[in-house]
Amino acid sequence: MIGDRLPAFGHLPARAPQRRSFLARALARPSLPAVVGLVVVVLFFAFAAPGLVSPFGLATVLDTAALLGIGGVAVALLLVAGQFDLSVGVIAVASSLLTALLIEVAGWSTVPALAVSLLAALSVGVVNGVLVVNTGLPSFLVTLATFLILQGTSQAGSQAVAGATRVGGLDQARGWSSVVTLFDGSMQVGNGRFSVSVLWWLALTALAAWGLWRTKFGNAVFACGGARQAAHELGVPVRRTTVALFCLTASAGWLLGTITLVRFGSVQAGGTVGILSGIDFIVVAVIGGCLLTGGYGSTIGAAVGALLYAVARQGITLAGWDPRWFQALLGALLLIALVANGVVRRRLKAVPRS
Amino acid sequence: MSTASSAPEPAVPTPGLEMRGLTVRHGNVPALARVSATLMAGEITCILGENGSGKSTVVSVLSGLRRHDEGELLVGGQPVRFRSPRQARDVGIATVWPDLAVAPLLSVWRNFFLGAEPTRGVWPLRRLDMDAARETTVRAMARVGVTGLDPDQPASALQAGERQSLAVARALHFGARALIIDEPETPITVARQTLFGQAILAARAQGLAVVVVTNNPRYAHLIGDRFLLLAHGHVAGNLTRDDVDADVLTALMAGGERLNALTDALTALHPELGER
Repeated sequence: MIGDRLPAFGHLPARAPQRRSFLARALARPSLPAVVGLVVVVLFFAFAAPGLVSPFGLATVLDTAALLGIGGVAVALLLVAGQFDLSVGVIAVASSLLTALLIEVAGWSTVPALAVSLLAALSVGVVNGVLVVNTGLPSFLVTLATFLILQGTSQAGSQAVAGATRVGGLDQARGWSSVVTLFDGSMQVGNGRFSVSVLWWLALTALAAWGLWRTKFGNAVFACGGARQAAHELGVPVRRTTVALFCLTASAGWLLGTITLVRFGSVQAGGTVGILSGIDFIVVAVIGGCLLTGGYGSTIGAAVGALLYAVARQGITLAGWDPRWFQALLGALLLIALVANGVVRRRLKAVPRS
Repeated sequence: MSTASSAPEPAVPTPGLEMRGLTVRHGNVPALARVSATLMAGEITCILGENGSGKSTVVSVLSGLRRHDEGELLVGGQPVRFRSPRQARDVGIATVWPDLAVAPLLSVWRNFFLGAEPTRGVWPLRRLDMDAARETTVRAMARVGVTGLDPDQPASALQAGERQSLAVARALHFGARALIIDEPETPITVARQTLFGQAILAARAQGLAVVVVTNNPRYAHLIGDRFLLLAHGHVAGNLTRDDVDADVLTALMAGGERLNALTDALTALHPELGER
């Protein structure tokens, strides 16, 4: 703290910092391209598919966005820290399969089964994280390996244990009704069924945004991704932060798996969470403004990206087009987002918003 | 190697940092072999040596980035074993790294406090004290000659010299006991080097143990009180300002004994060379 006792070397006294204008700060937000994209897509489909603006359309969009957003937010944090996780989707399926097997085959009641599958998901996260941190291998490959192992194990395992790759009829389990409100409560508005997953999504996004911008942990996440060596030299706990983030994506996977398990009362090994595959979470995070190189990104952006994805997907369905067009549209959106992110970043050197 | 006590420290000069038989290995290759030296509080110690002589290893050990394999590191008379640079910073050892340790995409104030952020509130709600951090950053940067700075702008928007100033200002802020300056890889302008020199001298006047790692023997002789010469991970010389002048220091740096041997051999064969 000797700085306080040093003479001022500069000729000028410290001037009050000039805050950048509101416009410059808004333009510097990583989520800007996603917000623009969302507005365009919403306007387009509001005309092309008027059913989207009904309570039913809205509820469907929000539900898709929520599932995607829960995974997307966690993956966005991980991307900011410079790492990849392909295994979120398969952790969702595998952990819900484990819950189902514990209930159906081992006869456990619901809550302990959920707790054990959460622990299992966390341990996968720890393994992912420790492998990445200790070996220095690219996390893309490590989690690809985890993805394959879990995919194979869950299919072959459930076949061997339960004699089928589909485990269902869980709604008769002990303690099942107590978790339904938590994971699949809903509110009927008109013909739309608004699920509690939306609340999970919004709460997690808000929490992640606060954590990323307002806490020491968030600073560590940014530093891990953008300047790993500097982070090491300044004593930022790089390894601990990375492992924690892999645990976070694994828990997000567990939450997704649990929400879909509770909703349908059954799970299909080798299936997907609802309509999502693992790569979608990364697409959403990138559309939301995360750089694949790390050190830059936004969880709000990931949430906006999830909404954009959901609007486009439901819009195509409700407009009566061939739903297979969706993938092409998603690819185009991703490409536009990548270019826009790059342009915005170069135009304004003012990257962080604070 | 004299005192090994936690008794009250004598008045002047006190050892700020002390290395006793410090050995660090990269695998089987020793990067440092039984290095012993005392870095006095209120003195500027310059560490000199060729590339690969172990200078940066000394810096890594002193600032907690690497753990030593053998020997002892004493801070204020107490043996320590840092597990992270954060612990070194907690006891008041701050470092200017050759790569400056600046995260380009983070804002200036986040860079300034990275790894040691001021917080307020209790745990679940513990958050960054952003206003205090911004204010401290602006003041500290003004002290090293960067005024009118927006602490919210990203470090990538700073000029190269301003980034050096950021690293130095940060070390001055966190260095309560020792300041370690490993010369930045990027070239420094004379004006800025003057400012940094002033800051270093001010730190010495405050009673900090200052360590400067440099490749420039003339600069070292200008500011240093003591010179630690390293060669192949060994201490090749531990000299004070009275022992050497700048030319000797240059000669020692440029190749040490081998150059002397070469000079002797050549002058023996060609006496006229000695008159040059």
